[in-house]
Amino acid sequence: MNEHSFRGPAPTHRSEADEPTSPVQRFAASEALVLDAGIALGPWQIAYQTYGELNPDRSNAVLVCHALTGDQHVANIHPVTGKPGWWETLVGPGRPIDTERFFVICANVVGGCMGTTGPASGNPDSGRPWALDFPVVTIRDMVRAQKMLIDRLGIPSLFCVVGGSMGGMQVLQWAASYPDRVFAAMPIATGARHSAQNIAFHEVGRQAVMADPDWRRGRYLDEGVRPRKGLAVARMGAHITYLSEGALHRKFGRTLQDRDAPTFTFDADFQIESYLRYQGISFVERFDPNSYLYVTRAMDYFDLSADYGGTLANAFRGSPTRFCVISFTSDWLFPTRDSRAIVHALNAGGAQVGFVEIESDKGHDAFLLEEPEMFAAARGFLDAAASARGIA
Amino acid sequence: MSGGTLGPPPVNSAAVAASAQGRQVGEGHPRKDHLLVARMVEPGSRVLDVGCGDGLLLALLRQRRSVDGRGIELSREGVSHSLARGLAVIQGDADTDLVDYPDDSFDYVILSQTLQATRQPRVVLEHMLRIGRRAIVSFPNFGHWRVRYEIGVRGRMPVTENLPQPWYDTPNIHFCTIRDFVRLCRELGVQIEQAHALGASGDPVRVNLPWWVWNLFGQQGIFLLRRG
Repeated sequence: MNEHSFRGPAPTHRSEADEPTSPVQRFAASEALVLDAGIALGPWQIAYQTYGELNPDRSNAVLVCHALTGDQHVANIHPVTGKPGWWETLVGPGRPIDTERFFVICANVVGGCMGTTGPASGNPDSGRPWALDFPVVTIRDMVRAQKMLIDRLGIPSLFCVVGGSMGGMQVLQWAASYPDRVFAAMPIATGARHSAQNIAFHEVGRQAVMADPDWRRGRYLDEGVRPRKGLAVARMGAHITYLSEGALHRKFGRTLQDRDAPTFTFDADFQIESYLRYQGISFVERFDPNSYLYVTRAMDYFDLSADYGGTLANAFRGSPTRFCVISFTSDWLFPTRDSRAIVHALNAGGAQVGFVEIESDKGHDAFLLEEPEMFAAARGFLDAAASARGIA
Repeated sequence: MSGGTLGPPPVNSAAVAASAQGRQVGEGHPRKDHLLVARMVEPGSRVLDVGCGDGLLLALLRQRRSVDGRGIELSREGVSHSLARGLAVIQGDADTDLVDYPDDSFDYVILSQTLQATRQPRVVLEHMLRIGRRAIVSFPNFGHWRVRYEIGVRGRMPVTENLPQPWYDTPNIHFCTIRDFVRLCRELGVQIEQAHALGASGDPVRVNLPWWVWNLFGQQGIFLLRRG
């Protein structure tokens, strides 16, 4: 019953997870993805979108890395929600990441639910969805998977790797793991490690999912139910962390929703409540609850310096990559000091780094929104890098 | 009086300076004080430009001296313009951020028209000569005759083309004269390898004149310093 208590299309997650709308590269068991957890995942697959044309030199490829709840549909209509791509402000013809100039690739992360192998995908051993039998993955595993895709696509080195939030973590991991394959890197609104506060918020979200009786210890797909309420609550809580007090006040204040006075009930009296409920419900339409557990976990485990003797600068020692780090004044999830820590490490490692903090009251979400100053910085950085690389 | 369009830049916030420079001096015509700095820098060296504005000096140094240049700039506009020139410039503050740079990480640390806007000029200078083997400092000379006239005769804080903001609305909080700066260098045990005073035209005041002449007729001082 719960299954149909929300409006929206019937769940298409099973099909998008295994047979996505996007192109897919499949890797046999012999080409397993070797995970940090010590497990060889194979066979496995990775779903991706591309925009623009690869030039004859194969030098103009830009890899966009998506955030926690994003996917590969960066600049096209989303096959499940029917909404525009999540970064069409930045990626497209004439945009700073100009698809008439660059060959843009965006892949669904491993552990995701839009066609790259994850907990909603079929486990070849059992014929059922992986669910919690899926191994825990890390940011580095996501980047390894992308590296295998890039190799498969025959791209010797990427012109730029760019991403915000969890996408920015992948950018940093790319630059650290494969410095010679990354000409330029643009980590936005991110950190080199997930803070205790951020881990805490993620844990609340995961507990909300797992507390839903329809979660069924992760086996909801087998049983034909979905922990919609749990995932919606997780999303509501997380969504607050993507905004700022100032933005909430500006957008909603204490305005009531379609009523003149409080109802003295627990209805969504306030506009902000109604907004959050909508955010929760619409998220459930397109995201797999177990994927939410896995991908949040990957972010929690991220601490790039830990792989380099506790000194972040060692991750970038002698790096040939040119970096442009961007943060936002009102982002309290990945505050500017996190970006500054990256910048200091890059400087100490001798890397070329530019950094700008953008004035915005939109909180962490600013990186997804219309931010002319960010676009100007990104465009300037990319144009200069493109001419340094000889891209027409 | 500093009527020539190639005169020293207005000494004020980097953003204003950047836009003023953009109007006055195109990329093809480098500022004379920048050219003088460029002559001080050994080719191929590592340079940190503190308060680099929109990156014109760094771009010049890259083009003419093949330096590996980095910059720090307070204003977002300056950082954005610098990034667009392909420069490695980070948004930051000379007063707070130099402490994070390791010893001896640059051959030159440049502070161009920024010293007077720092909260702790002495500490900034000490950091510069810790981070770099050499430092290049340029600053507006508060001992210039025009400034003295404004204060001594008119009894007013000077507002000139070179110092266009009134006292209550200026980022320049620590003015000094060329002589004051020389004295600070001595106190810090810093060696002055080169010293120049630029007159109103932007051309150097003749070299073989005594300090008091420089201090009177130099609109800005440019010093190449080395650790003592």
